Amino acid sequence: MTTSTNPVVAPRPSGVAGIRASGTTAARSRAMAVLKHVLLILFGVGMVFPLLWMVSSSLKPDDQIFRNLNLIPIPPRWQNYVDGWTAQYYSFGHYMVNSLVITLATIVGNLVSCSMAAYGFTRLQWRGRQMAFGYMLMTLMLPIYVLIVPQYIMWAKLGFINSFVPLILPKFLATDAFFVFLMVQFFRGLPRELDEAAKVDGASYARIYFQVLMPNALPALATTAIFTFIWTWNDFFNQLLYLTKPANLTAAVALRNFADATSGISWGPLFAMSTLSLIPVFIVFLFGQRYLVEGVATTGLK
Amino acid sequence: MAITIADRRARAPREPRRPATVQARREARAAHLFMLPWFLGVIIISLGPIVASAVLSFMKYRLVGSATWVGLDNYARMFSDERLAQSLKVTFVYVLFGVPLTLALALLLAVVLNRGVAGLSIYRSVYYLPSLFGGSVAVGVLWRQVFGADGIVNTFLGWFGIESTKSWVGSPDSALWTLIILHVWTFGSSMIIFLAGLRQIPAELYEAASLDGASAWQQFTRVTFPILTPIVFFNLVMGVINSFQNFAQAFVVSGGSGGPTDSTLVYALYLYQQAFGPTRDMGYASALGWLLVFIVGGLTAVNFALSRRWVHYDN
Repeated sequence: MTTSTNPVVAPRPSGVAGIRASGTTAARSRAMAVLKHVLLILFGVGMVFPLLWMVSSSLKPDDQIFRNLNLIPIPPRWQNYVDGWTAQYYSFGHYMVNSLVITLATIVGNLVSCSMAAYGFTRLQWRGRQMAFGYMLMTLMLPIYVLIVPQYIMWAKLGFINSFVPLILPKFLATDAFFVFLMVQFFRGLPRELDEAAKVDGASYARIYFQVLMPNALPALATTAIFTFIWTWNDFFNQLLYLTKPANLTAAVALRNFADATSGISWGPLFAMSTLSLIPVFIVFLFGQRYLVEGVATTGLK
Repeated sequence: MAITIADRRARAPREPRRPATVQARREARAAHLFMLPWFLGVIIISLGPIVASAVLSFMKYRLVGSATWVGLDNYARMFSDERLAQSLKVTFVYVLFGVPLTLALALLLAVVLNRGVAGLSIYRSVYYLPSLFGGSVAVGVLWRQVFGADGIVNTFLGWFGIESTKSWVGSPDSALWTLIILHVWTFGSSMIIFLAGLRQIPAELYEAASLDGASAWQQFTRVTFPILTPIVFFNLVMGVINSFQNFAQAFVVSGGSGGPTDSTLVYALYLYQQAFGPTRDMGYASALGWLLVFIVGGLTAVNFALSRRWVHYDN
């Protein structure tokens, strides 16, 4: 991937500058390259500095956090993590587990329901398909705030406020249109001969879905799983809306409660839990980077 | 199974329509099964609530008790709602500055990185990190500190001899700008999209341009940017739609109030306060939801109309 960008620009130096290539131009272009890297690195450090500062502050006593740009905490104060972990009604681990349960269930729901819908949209003929697809595209752009009030009323009347149901159940109903669209695009790219051949061999529609399309759609499934993880883990609005009992809180909501209750008293433990809450997303980033970058590049997902 | 298919084909001339219908009916039945979750989702989660919120927007309803029909009252109330006017102002400023600044920075770095920089993938990953975390509560909490009175922004300014004890998140004139900066900070995802687009541009175009003596700037304005315009346009449209719905960061940075003095009261936060604050005004919040649909739809339409002047779809 890195090398594939080079051919775009590589011919120019040899073609144009190469005509009057001399020692000075070569040296100058090397100096320019170094300068460029210095600027890019400075910019990158500036971008991630707040994050680095947060991690370092999570290991400092409070009086060293303010007005202090020093990134190395000496000595590291691990007690912040102990204090933050136990600062609320339940341990922070309890809230992290809640986040994880919701996130994993959401991933399963999205993978199953969105791929089923994408199969129906791309490989099967049925009346109203065009219209349904148009509707699906429209929901891609529909602001969620026009739906949220009736949805909330419905869950309230059904008695599901303060449960994970409003957060998880919709994901089993292919309501994340972005992922339906992503898989539709991917399925369209798979050669139809694959399922035609299976059909001739007498495979049922279910078997074509399970044994032909799904194994070939692994990149799209991975992209969906990774983005669902990040979005659900980072989600705040829905979790804030539906979860209020301490036992049900997620890391995001618990962290917000912690921050508002603290109001400047113990920043170290607060940053410690902030750091902890970002670690799962960071791990997914480390291991799923390829799919993340590809997914962003090809679909425009954030 | 293979035999039956062969059978059917053999009989096809005599009964041309029946096998096809049986086949079509089987396929439609399979489709309905596969689409079942999606159909249920449409009824329960999207289309049902769309209709319900349209009806609710003409009613007064506070979650407990009964709903009463009030006609256009909720919509009429908007004209005299000063906090709504404030939230619209805040949101427009946020979108008007946040989206173009983000896209400009993303485009600039994509172009710089595309010029055969060694270690591209490392830069790309580092610049993408803020996009990954930008929507999280942790970063909202962090922002409150970074732009606080004793925050690192003031410390940094101190290096340049600018002594500041101002709380940037606590002052009405700068609080919204901390949110805009947070938005611009997450430019990395757009940058990756632009990088992918840049990779599609054939090298011959640049060769031809530089042989004609085009400067780097001319190459950008005459070659790179025109080819990228469809991608820039897509990012612009989605950026406006998404930015108009920002909630979490305004909520976390302002502690849920939209303060100080409503200076960070973004639209979604105001709607949330109306629906789920002490008044639980579900009817008015539904009307606000519809106003949002019209505004976002209108802006998208404007974007599409203007796109004819600057987006090039021919290759």
